[in-house]
Amino acid sequence: MTTATRKVLFEPLIVNNPIIVQILGICSALAITSKLAPAVIMSLALTAVTACSNAAISAIRHYIPNNIRIIVQMTIIASLVIVVDQVLRAYAPEISKQLSVFVGLIITNCIVLGRAEGFAMKNPVWPSFVDGLGQGLGYSLILIALGATRELFGFGSLWGHPILPLVSDGGWYRPNSLMTLAPSAFFLVAGIIWAVRTWKHDQQEQADYRIQVVHRTETQ
Amino acid sequence: MEHYVNLALKALFVENLALSFFLGMCTFLAISKKVETSLGLGIAVVVVQTITVPANNLIYNYLLKGGALEWAGFGDVDLSFLGLITYIGTVAAIVQILEMFLDRYVPALYNALGIFLPLITVNCAILGGTLFMVERSYTFPESVVYGFASGTGWALAIVLLAGIREKLKYSDVPAGLQGLGITFIAAGLMAMVFMAFSGIQL
Repeated sequence: MTTATRKVLFEPLIVNNPIIVQILGICSALAITSKLAPAVIMSLALTAVTACSNAAISAIRHYIPNNIRIIVQMTIIASLVIVVDQVLRAYAPEISKQLSVFVGLIITNCIVLGRAEGFAMKNPVWPSFVDGLGQGLGYSLILIALGATRELFGFGSLWGHPILPLVSDGGWYRPNSLMTLAPSAFFLVAGIIWAVRTWKHDQQEQADYRIQVVHRTETQ
Repeated sequence: MEHYVNLALKALFVENLALSFFLGMCTFLAISKKVETSLGLGIAVVVVQTITVPANNLIYNYLLKGGALEWAGFGDVDLSFLGLITYIGTVAAIVQILEMFLDRYVPALYNALGIFLPLITVNCAILGGTLFMVERSYTFPESVVYGFASGTGWALAIVLLAGIREKLKYSDVPAGLQGLGITFIAAGLMAMVFMAFSGIQL
């Protein structure tokens, strides 16, 4: 593996992560992570779609008229998503039901279109495929972290297997029901962003107004 | 009538697209720095949503659903697997037509919406609204009400968040949370507030 390939593959994991740095593809990251299993399936689906659509779009990039490129990209992505949707319905009907509309929404996931527009239109097939894979893995990393945390603390289990014995079953762990609800995902993502930005100072945003300590002696 | 009011209130508050289904999050977080711009985007979403959800409802019921092609003599054809590509095509086409129509007849609104109109094609709140409509098999009048109310709910959420963020500029936020991080926390708190609406029936 060349250095360039490795950079394209591993940079999106943390340094240029699609969710917490580029702010792309947040909808599904928040909505389907209340348990680990759907999060993993969603990660696989999105990684497959991003990699394949990047490769396909890159292969025909010289033949796409510039005016209608978005529609061409959308058509390719939508076809791939239909394939993924049908496969999930056939082989994992339970998970497919839990994911509900979010498999279809991969079409409008900004990661897929963003990489197609930003990378695949300018680069050859193989690097585009690797880039799609890398972005998909970066997305998967956050999804799996969120899914694992929320399922462990919300239900006391991982992938459906009990880890922490629940009070209702005679154990000691009282499940934190906030974790099973929608808002906890926001707080967890904010926590991850805080951690990464504390580690990588250059990603911190500048405040619009600086609050200064004013030293003065009151004289009255 | 009561049924429709219920449906509208549910789509507005209880099942708010932005805060309980996290749809359209990318734009929700990116374009909520100022109340004015987020209001423009919100109105664009309401307009597009009110048109696309009923349009896709007609397409689904008369072209795609199993047995829907009976009027053309193909009673046993089920095209519902083509749903996703059809819906996104419809959304893209309607946004394009709307853009040309506004440019020609209502230039003031066209200038106010600006770049947001084409961006709406890839806003997942729009496609999500259509997919929920199909999943819950709404009738045509229900889909009109649902389209309008869910769009308004999304607009309401983004304007509220923009209001909070305008005030947040003046607060002392830890360096690592500055900007994106604190926005996530604010949105999370808003989602908790909206949860208080759940269970309301009229």
